[in-house]
Amino acid sequence: MGLLSKRDSKLILDPLSDNNPITIQVLGICSALAITAELEASVVMSIAVLFVMGIGNVVISLIRNIVPSRIKIIVQLIVIATLVIIVDLVLKAYAYELSKTLSVFVGLIITNCIIMGRFEAFALANGLWRSFLDGIGNAFGYAVILVIVGFFRELLGAGTLWGYPVFGDAIDKTGLYAWGYENNGFMLLSPMALIVVGIIIWIQRSKSTHLIED
Amino acid sequence: MAINTDKNSYTILFAIGMVIIVGTLLAAIDSSLKEKIKTNKILEKQQNILYAIGINNNEGNSVSFVSTDQAPSLFEEYIVSQIYIQGDKIVEDDEAYLIEVKKEKALAKDPTYDRRLPLFIAQRDSVRYYVAPIRGKGLWDAIWAYIAMDENMMILGAYFDHKAETPGLGANINQRFFMDDFIGEKLLDQNENFKGIKVSKTNLDPRNEIKDDHEVDAIAGSTITGDGVSSMIKSDLRLYIPYFKKLKQN
Repeated sequence: MGLLSKRDSKLILDPLSDNNPITIQVLGICSALAITAELEASVVMSIAVLFVMGIGNVVISLIRNIVPSRIKIIVQLIVIATLVIIVDLVLKAYAYELSKTLSVFVGLIITNCIIMGRFEAFALANGLWRSFLDGIGNAFGYAVILVIVGFFRELLGAGTLWGYPVFGDAIDKTGLYAWGYENNGFMLLSPMALIVVGIIIWIQRSKSTHLIED
Repeated sequence: MAINTDKNSYTILFAIGMVIIVGTLLAAIDSSLKEKIKTNKILEKQQNILYAIGINNNEGNSVSFVSTDQAPSLFEEYIVSQIYIQGDKIVEDDEAYLIEVKKEKALAKDPTYDRRLPLFIAQRDSVRYYVAPIRGKGLWDAIWAYIAMDENMMILGAYFDHKAETPGLGANINQRFFMDDFIGEKLLDQNENFKGIKVSKTNLDPRNEIKDDHEVDAIAGSTITGDGVSSMIKSDLRLYIPYFKKLKQN
């Protein structure tokens, strides 16, 4: 047997496919629409969420037995906000450049419903190790969708990937543009992100039909 | 032993305890890192000003500042004087770059207060640069810029930045394809009247080869950030006109 038992590895693998936080649980849609205009931004956001979810789930799981149920939502919010602010401060002091790239995501992480959703649905009822795995798994599930959406939006909207022009120069009309290809500026706007997520959901459900509800 | 977590007294005690722990933790981290963050911000300012006058490590299309180790000495070397303009007075102040435009803007709401306008004068080769810091509002939060001009208020260099514009859209005002368009644009028209520079969606000049139209090409999908840039240039650089008029008379 490997590092993880079957039950544990399910926690990591499920969110990547059959229990994906965005396409199945429909959590975290807001940030998936907001910051996926570029691949780089998608990856930065994914890493930030991975970090906060991993640690946040552990902290919540640690205090799950002593949290008064009537204020548990407030407690969860405070845990997320504290973690994010600590990360932000430390980056500002030791990796200033990186902190500037991240600054806009700070607010988006705090309000990300995936994090609250997993605290509520999983960490409050499970032990440390399993909560940690669940956090990491869901963050990866989130990251996969973000990267796919970011990939298509940047490619079709701006003709670049990670800032690198893959189709040639749109203004000088070189590469693909010489043949009359044009960037689709609509891809850069949030509505197209929703459509891309919709297409992903469509493909996923037509492949695994057991996911379709009546 | 199981604790009854539903009791009112327990809930209140838990809340108080949590606030104290979290508050102490954050306050401790904040105060221990404060100095370092402050130094980083000062270095960033110096890097930004140097960037506007063309002292940077740009390669290809990337934006890259001089390193933080070099910034203070290069800043000493190129910035020949720092002044601030307050009403009719022009005051020389070696720490004018520490004046916060945000605070001055807030103070200026009081009509009896004369706002201090910092200006950094740099000499590079035989060209004199006048760098003005400006600040305005984008879509979500503050945007700001360092604009380097010559004595006719023609733009020689610009660095734009933002606090929280949309990544991939408005956030791209700090990319070279946007900032470099400003170089060579003129803030005054032929009759020396202030016209500003408009971020325009209709100027049909994506490479910005026409330099006397007072327009640069906008970024697709970031109308409000672009409008913020236009209005920031218009409202803040206008304040420097009297200084440049006086400069010409001498």
